[in-house]
Amino acid sequence: MTIKKTYALQNLGCAACAAKMEKKIGALDGVQACTVNFMTSRLIIEGEEAQLPRIAQAAGRIVRRIEPQASVKL
Amino acid sequence: MTRRLIRILLSAALFAAGLLVKEPPALRLFLLLGAYALAGWDVLWYAVHHLINGQVFDENLLMSIATVGAIAIGEYPEATAVMLFYQVGELFQSYAVDRSRRSIAELMDLRPEEALLLSDGRPVSVSPEEVQPGQLILVRPGDRIPLDGVVRDGGSSLDTAALTGEAMPRDAGVGDAVLSGAINLTAPLTIEVSAPYGESTVARILDLVENASNRKSQSETFITRFSAVYTPVVVILAALLAAVPPLLFGQPFQPWLYRALQFLVVSCPCALVVSIPLSFFGGIGGAGRQGILVKGSNYLEALAQADQVVFDKTGTLTQGVFAVTRVMPRGMSREELLRLAAHAEAHSAHPIAQSLRAAWGQAIDFKRVTDVQETGGRGLQAMVDGRPVLAGNAAWMAENGLTPEAAEAAGTLIHIAADGRYAGSILIADQVKPQAAQAVQALHAIGVRRIAMLTGDSEAAARLTAKQIGIDEVHHSLLPQDKVALVDGMLAQKARGKLCFVGDGINDAPVLARADVGVAMGGLGSGAAIEAADIVLMDDNPMKLPLAIRIARKTLRIAQQNAVFAIGVKVVVLALSALGYASLWSAVFADVGVTALAVLNALRTLRKTV
Repeated sequence: MTIKKTYALQNLGCAACAAKMEKKIGALDGVQACTVNFMTSRLIIEGEEAQLPRIAQAAGRIVRRIEPQASVKL
Repeated sequence: MTRRLIRILLSAALFAAGLLVKEPPALRLFLLLGAYALAGWDVLWYAVHHLINGQVFDENLLMSIATVGAIAIGEYPEATAVMLFYQVGELFQSYAVDRSRRSIAELMDLRPEEALLLSDGRPVSVSPEEVQPGQLILVRPGDRIPLDGVVRDGGSSLDTAALTGEAMPRDAGVGDAVLSGAINLTAPLTIEVSAPYGESTVARILDLVENASNRKSQSETFITRFSAVYTPVVVILAALLAAVPPLLFGQPFQPWLYRALQFLVVSCPCALVVSIPLSFFGGIGGAGRQGILVKGSNYLEALAQADQVVFDKTGTLTQGVFAVTRVMPRGMSREELLRLAAHAEAHSAHPIAQSLRAAWGQAIDFKRVTDVQETGGRGLQAMVDGRPVLAGNAAWMAENGLTPEAAEAAGTLIHIAADGRYAGSILIADQVKPQAAQAVQALHAIGVRRIAMLTGDSEAAARLTAKQIGIDEVHHSLLPQDKVALVDGMLAQKARGKLCFVGDGINDAPVLARADVGVAMGGLGSGAAIEAADIVLMDDNPMKLPLAIRIARKTLRIAQQNAVFAIGVKVVVLALSALGYASLWSAVFADVGVTALAVLNALRTLRKTV
């Protein structure tokens, strides 16, 4: 089943980076839609429920790679 | 943030010392490079991190290459100044972003922390999510109402400003429906919960505002695409600038490298990427403060271009509540006629009877009313104070051998007879909202060229309302599917502007969804209309529509200013750099300076004055 989950992002500092994260996470396997909202510091992932833990892990890695000081609060 | 500020100040002090101390050169170099390291160590560190991860077009990396390059060609003060300036800009930017985030958070400070559930008459603090519909909760004065419900005990006034932007407190007594998010002001209320937290007004509003910026406007999409191309192009140009003139045309290497470094500094897309979404975010937040909920940036953009507005009548331009609008007594006083009518209809639950009793305004003495006989669809007869009273439509009068006065009326005419004689009539009609006419004028004033009203009501009622409000184009006696067909027709005809439909009822939902911008009345409106709408006016005030359009236009104007300003300054500085007329200083301004200015400009959208 597809569900939508919202995660809080911490120390998200740059809007261009947020756009990059959105693109990279959106391209992950099992992700149907992804939004990184710079203003509310929210990451919203729409994807297969069973796969979400794996997706969230991968998303966390992407976030850290793009902006080292930022992190996903799980 | 304070630590960053201290770092910048220390670095600036070292830098100033480095500029003043000319001898010995070693000390000068030490001071300048010390200032550089202090200002830029994290930028350099992130740059290495990004290089390892293959993020070539990262702004930290670009800034590092530019400054390290400047050091390599001996431009120590420049390198330090650029890094320092960059940090100041970043600080400024994060301050501005932080401030706007806080403004939004304030706006969303509606989330109730707890609900006081009454079990066996004693309040127990629980989380609002745990409360079930039908349970009773206590709301003390000063508390925010956590869930939608109906007042079962107590009377108080409520501050609904956070929901509606309306400053006047609203009274709530037993039987009144109250919305979550309002603040109870004066006395404790016992409320029977009518919806679980997830479906409560407050949860729906929070969801709306938080997700609003997920639906992107065209300008946001444009700027995202533009910046995705912009950075690589400028970086490639920088590489060409550094390589081609020295290698192919025998030019000196150093000045061209310096120009290329300027390109690298200007290549950061951040000003573009942050300022436009921030403008929309601010616009949505600013509108929210006025009780106007916008579900996405794209709708704000469409609203700014609205030049046709189509209103539904009942509940949108009118109150949607029946009330006595005219009393025409014959051979008795106005008071007496109302008294007889109210008493004759004392036992009826029909909306007409309710409005008659409301117009009478005094307590009904049920003992004075006897022998009530109702004839469905026509009227009734009753004994009031022992006098026979008839109340009903014209046919009912004729049936009883009386001749009612004919009157053309928009609404329902109730004829009354007493003691076998015709005693006059009372007109009951929906009332026009006090701000409706003003709203239509305001819409014309801001350049909306076509305003129309649609209604399922009769021609007479529709024309009268339209005349009162000042709308020329009226479509009456419409079924829901007729409304859809009409709006489809208007959508097909329109040239450039957008069509905005304002409605409230369940039957408006398909039209709300169809129009370019669907606006629903939030307080009175049905849930379906609010779901289908793109914009919700929380206090049902039609004046909020022209206000919403003005906010939308201002937001768009600011977003456009930012785009033109940011792109313009960058292009100018790039051109000057290529020709050798610019310095690294101006390049840094074109990057962080422009970002900071654009962010400050975007913050204007949050302000209340439009």
